[in-house]
Amino acid sequence: MWSDLLLILDASLRMAVPMVFAAMGGVFAERSGVIDFGLEGKMLGGAFVAASVAHLTQSAWIGLLGAIAIGIVFSMMHAFASVTKQGNQVVSCVAINIFAMGLTTVLGQAWFQRGGKTPQLPPEARFTAIELPFAEELRDVPILGEIYYELISGHNILVYIAYIMVPVTAWIVFRSRFGLRLRATGENPLAVDTAGISVNRTRYKALVINGILGGMSGAYLSTAQLAFFVKDMSAGKGYLALAAMIFGKWRPFQAMLACLLFAFAEAIQSRLQGVSLPIVGVVPVQLIQSIPYILTVVLLAGFVGKAVAPKAIGEPFIKEHK
Amino acid sequence: MNEKTENLLLVTLITTVNLLLAFIISGFVIWSVGEDPWFALKTMLYGAFGYDEGIGYTLYYTTNFIFTGLAFAIAFHCRLFNIGAEGQAYIGGLGVGLICLWLEDLPFAVILPTAIAASALFGAVWGAIPGYLQAKRGSHVVITTIMFNFIASVLMVYLLVNILIKPGQMSPETREFGENGWLPQMHELFGWIGIQITPTPLNLSLFWAFISAFFVWRYIWHTRWGFEMRTVGANESAAIYAGINVDRNIIIAMSLAGALAGFVGINEIMGFNHRILLNFQFGYGFTGIAVSLIGRNHPFGILLASLLFGILYQGGAELAFETQTIDRHMVVLIQGLVILFAGALENLFRPQLQALVHSIFKSSSPVTAHG
Repeated sequence: MWSDLLLILDASLRMAVPMVFAAMGGVFAERSGVIDFGLEGKMLGGAFVAASVAHLTQSAWIGLLGAIAIGIVFSMMHAFASVTKQGNQVVSCVAINIFAMGLTTVLGQAWFQRGGKTPQLPPEARFTAIELPFAEELRDVPILGEIYYELISGHNILVYIAYIMVPVTAWIVFRSRFGLRLRATGENPLAVDTAGISVNRTRYKALVINGILGGMSGAYLSTAQLAFFVKDMSAGKGYLALAAMIFGKWRPFQAMLACLLFAFAEAIQSRLQGVSLPIVGVVPVQLIQSIPYILTVVLLAGFVGKAVAPKAIGEPFIKEHK
Repeated sequence: MNEKTENLLLVTLITTVNLLLAFIISGFVIWSVGEDPWFALKTMLYGAFGYDEGIGYTLYYTTNFIFTGLAFAIAFHCRLFNIGAEGQAYIGGLGVGLICLWLEDLPFAVILPTAIAASALFGAVWGAIPGYLQAKRGSHVVITTIMFNFIASVLMVYLLVNILIKPGQMSPETREFGENGWLPQMHELFGWIGIQITPTPLNLSLFWAFISAFFVWRYIWHTRWGFEMRTVGANESAAIYAGINVDRNIIIAMSLAGALAGFVGINEIMGFNHRILLNFQFGYGFTGIAVSLIGRNHPFGILLASLLFGILYQGGAELAFETQTIDRHMVVLIQGLVILFAGALENLFRPQLQALVHSIFKSSSPVTAHG
């Protein structure tokens, strides 16, 4: 039982990673007042470019850089449309997601001709597990040693980066000078403008960071969790990440916990299949698969009010002319 | 030469320029994977119009896009983003199929109206729940409708694999309905009056799509309910001040949107497949977003935009068939670009085009910048 629990938690920790990256990206964008439903597209684009570049260069790190680049490109498309041109932010995000879906499939088919799948990456060209110091030695120590060996050690580098990004994001958003400006831009852009700080430039900066994190979330999917890209592999995780961020009230730690909750729901799926539970009996596999989606609907409906979003979210800033 | 013609010209120009931009970038993608964009264009046009069968398929796709385009537009007038036409169409098709299976011994004249009502009802429920959650609980309708797409697709797998499947077969489909539940296809209709045309899936639903477009136009601009809905969309506080029930309008708008998307089931299930199967709605819901935006959320514009996307779909299939490198998803890429340019960046060239139109209509009175 104890070891089962450890394994499920270990799986949750890994499955949460793409959502954690994306949710942190979402915090930056939305705290600056820009809606970001486009995380799904950045994740998908990042996953495709990471796998393709890693295949081409045989280096996961160059693949990661490629993923970050496409994340920034998508983010800048969003910034240009919604910040500079004051277009509709939700429409711009939907455009990016659909564009990413089409582009990755079209290029995947044109380049590799495997029905949208990229070639399998060898272990050298992907992110593989890292054994932390003394993990093997401490393995037999009850509880703490087991937790260290199973839960904390033995992940790939992106997992550690993802969880380090959470306090880093929290520090930037709540403790740094940039973070103060970022939050002010999302709450009251007019005041920020009056203070002589450019609202649009702050939003651009936030969206660059958002693109980096969105790209990284995709790279994790195709070069760490799996060793190839398949079409539509993000499977709604970008939206789940956004829901997690909203459920976490736009705060990094709470958002991370929500991501872990979604990942936990995903991790128990394989355990629940075909198992007969007391009272309900065998749960249909399709019901188990839909848990994260139903959970999202329930969480958003039950616990989040309208008022907690940054006040100026979704509103383009229009500077008054003299 | 009045303000109205000037506006119409401006809108037409803006739409054309935005579409051209989307097509140029798509052409660039085609060129970058080593194909000739001109050849691609010619192949697509030939595929869509070059022969009888192509025309039939083009109009058959057009029918679906009219429904999903209207489903996006009607919600959009209430300032709601209905990204859920995909799931609403899927569940609407379930309703149609269940009626056709259940009532198959009854005459066609009974089945058809019941099936239409069922598609509307099932779709409406699938739209109303996200609408209710938006109105009463503040859950963002974009996220909930996306989640409902996923839930619909898992639900349909469950129903088809475990409950509705025809016994003794592997593929998750129901049995075929009796012929009383088949909507006549166009080649049959033409056959009755003695004209031979190539059999295609194109069926009577196309006319139902025209009728729906007409009623949506009447509803939005010529009824009290439509006026209330547009008021909520334009200015929520003004609507509240005027005594309009905002929550109710949100739920009604999403229900109507769901019902319209549900009509895809009439075309697909009753008109063509004659059984319930997996993913018959695939991609039509998302295409509806592009269709509505390029049609400027007006039923007449949606008819034109649906035809355009019908051409792209059918032409794209031809292109994918002709070339090894270009996938059918090319049309998804074009959709993304169309939504970007016609939706989010619609004002990109507005100042320049406005100046151009102004110089043509010098005598007429000036139009406000965001009119």
